[in-house]
Amino acid sequence: AYRTDEGQPWVLPVVKKVEQMIANDNSLNHEYLPILGLPEFRANASRIALGDDSPAIKEKRIGSVQSLGGTGALRIGADFLRRWYNGNNNTATPVYVSTPTWENHNSVFMDAGFKDIRTYHYWDAAKRGLDLQGLLNDMENAPERSIFILHACAHNPTGTDPTPEQWKQIAAVMKRRSLFPFFDSAYQGFASGSLDKDAWAVRYFVSEGFELFCAQSFSKNFGLYNERVGNLTVVGKDADNVQRVLSQMEKIVRTTWSNPPSQGARIVATTLSSPQLFDEWKGNVKTMADRVLLMRSELRSRLEALGTPGTWNHITEQIGMFSFTGLNPKQVEYMVKEKHIYLMASGRINMCGLTTKNLDYVAKSIHEAVTKIQ
Amino acid sequence: SSWWSHVEMGPPDPILGVTEAYKRDTNSKKMNLGVGAYRDDNGKPYVLNCVRKAEAMIASKKMDKEYLPIGGLADFTRASAELALGENSEAFKSGRYVTVQGISGTGSLRIGANFLQRFFKTSRDVYLPKPSWGNHTPIFRDAGMQLQAYRYYDPKTCSLDFSGAMDDISKIPEKSIILLHACAHNPTGVDPRQEQWKEMAAVVKKRNLLAYFDMAYQGFASGDINRDAWAVRYFIEQGINIVLSQSFAKNMGLYGERAGAFTVICSDADEAKRVESQLKILIRPMYSNPPLNGARIASLILNTPDLRKEWLTEVKGMADRIIGMRTQLVSNLKKEGSSHNWQHITDQIGMFCFTGLKPDQVERLIKEFSIYMTKDGRISVAGVTSGNVGYLAHAIHQVTK
Repeated sequence: AYRTDEGQPWVLPVVKKVEQMIANDNSLNHEYLPILGLPEFRANASRIALGDDSPAIKEKRIGSVQSLGGTGALRIGADFLRRWYNGNNNTATPVYVSTPTWENHNSVFMDAGFKDIRTYHYWDAAKRGLDLQGLLNDMENAPERSIFILHACAHNPTGTDPTPEQWKQIAAVMKRRSLFPFFDSAYQGFASGSLDKDAWAVRYFVSEGFELFCAQSFSKNFGLYNERVGNLTVVGKDADNVQRVLSQMEKIVRTTWSNPPSQGARIVATTLSSPQLFDEWKGNVKTMADRVLLMRSELRSRLEALGTPGTWNHITEQIGMFSFTGLNPKQVEYMVKEKHIYLMASGRINMCGLTTKNLDYVAKSIHEAVTKIQ
Repeated sequence: SSWWSHVEMGPPDPILGVTEAYKRDTNSKKMNLGVGAYRDDNGKPYVLNCVRKAEAMIASKKMDKEYLPIGGLADFTRASAELALGENSEAFKSGRYVTVQGISGTGSLRIGANFLQRFFKTSRDVYLPKPSWGNHTPIFRDAGMQLQAYRYYDPKTCSLDFSGAMDDISKIPEKSIILLHACAHNPTGVDPRQEQWKEMAAVVKKRNLLAYFDMAYQGFASGDINRDAWAVRYFIEQGINIVLSQSFAKNMGLYGERAGAFTVICSDADEAKRVESQLKILIRPMYSNPPLNGARIASLILNTPDLRKEWLTEVKGMADRIIGMRTQLVSNLKKEGSSHNWQHITDQIGMFCFTGLKPDQVERLIKEFSIYMTKDGRISVAGVTSGNVGYLAHAIHQVTK
């Protein structure tokens, strides 16, 4: 979760404003939302992902399912795919997740009933970057129609994203091999500070004619973590296909949570549908992204100034909340036990935990860990 | 071509489909007796005063939006358990229970169904009363369980087929799962009397069945939260370790905020901890952690003495209005000159009433009078007001005389 420079949670100013508006609106009640969610939320959420000028939106071949966070969107998509993709109830369809990935990806697809969850190469520990060749090889060798979970931006946990050129190569292989793209977009806007830039990959795939799913989370970019605001965007070949898909997703939703929670969706819908509030929100998002980018560059420059062994450009080349520092488990243990700096055994740090006050201490501690422990 | 060419169009939800048709109707006298959401005597949604107060308190506190734990808001789950079990419950006081926050009633039922699929080793069969809430069957089916039934509603008398129920329940294979509506049975409104619950509990215990209670209307049925939870508490007192799904959609009017809870009564606190850990493992890949807003409102109400008192008064008010409408409907039918026995309308309890109307009669009510209900003759009494009860009685009389 995002933290301010004081190390505190941050409720976005635009969210506070909109919540007050909602609280003051006596015409609002707590009635059930439709099964698929608040219509204004769904349309706006998908528009944010696909872009105002999306051909898919113009051609009315998109659908949206309001979901309980990004996790809920992934789960509805996974449940649907298990029932209806590649035949009926084909639990044998391979599902590929990156190495490494958010660990819950595995559980979501397993609990949805998929029996064959595989990994694709992603993180190259030696060069501290994307193993593009390994990734493309895995796609070439994957059975046709395999499902691939792709991180739209700000890959979790590595912070390493393909460049646009690399995405183009990925898309070309996926098209040729008839692989299904399931995007997980949890950080749109939060990664680079630009909504459009962070959605580039999803939009490129749409422009290449793919049918795809995109699980969106508004937990981070709206700071609405505990209100569970997410959206599953469905892009299909035509309106008729999408309509049938949505009717079946409705049945899945009905036995999972019946209809989604109201509060968070109202906040997002109100914000996205008002030009003024929308601009304000984009500003808030950029504030968060900029702070993370600043911490990245400050950490890197300190490590380089200290002469810490190794290369540290990956700290600024990576993007989003997380960074794969490259620290090994023993070095991590040193950080935790001796320096009381908490990070994952994988060497993943949450950049949001860095502040102007602790940068020096963290940099020095990393320096110690790397020089003392091999 | 599309990946989805073979995907069939799903049928419209039977219950929500009623509301869709109602919305399209231009008749000024139209009535929506389909979906189970409370309406006041002006036919409007009712936001409880205690809810508004709780919301104001929450707004003033300016809290953050950090993720809840997977199991939900602790103050909420604890208060939910206490509400259901009673503050003097041995099971509650000893801590031999686990309660996790669920996405209202549906989400709580589904967590329970998934938990049973994974951990209930002795049977795949869930026995539902005939009839039951339409969504029970697909929930359990999607969780990987099988559905069976026990006799419950007697259409001849529009009341409980007690001997049929007891006969069927006594024949359920041991160590199967039986689902029971704690109060205000949906869709029939027919509840067992306390003596009947006692006999049912004895058989459930004898057959070593897992009793799964669905309590969506505590307080809303009789107006008394303790009375409505009587069966749940009796079973536990008899040493039956039940599982329970609760909803705060109706009794707090928190429908769209999705406040609910799933509880497992365990042998001891240690077992409860282990069960809790497994519930969390089930929840995480569904939606990670639950939504805060509804749970926080409910928690504040249950845990703040003044608000709790106000809530109890308001929920009784809703229950009383429903009971009042039942009485008025019957007296209006008599005034219309109906010779049928409509006693079941006042004998039944809760939001719903199984009128006994046949599908063709329902069809006439919809087409000729713009009165909308589900094909099974179920009406939501919450949709009846002092302003339209006369019209309803008139229409029912026309199609049944």
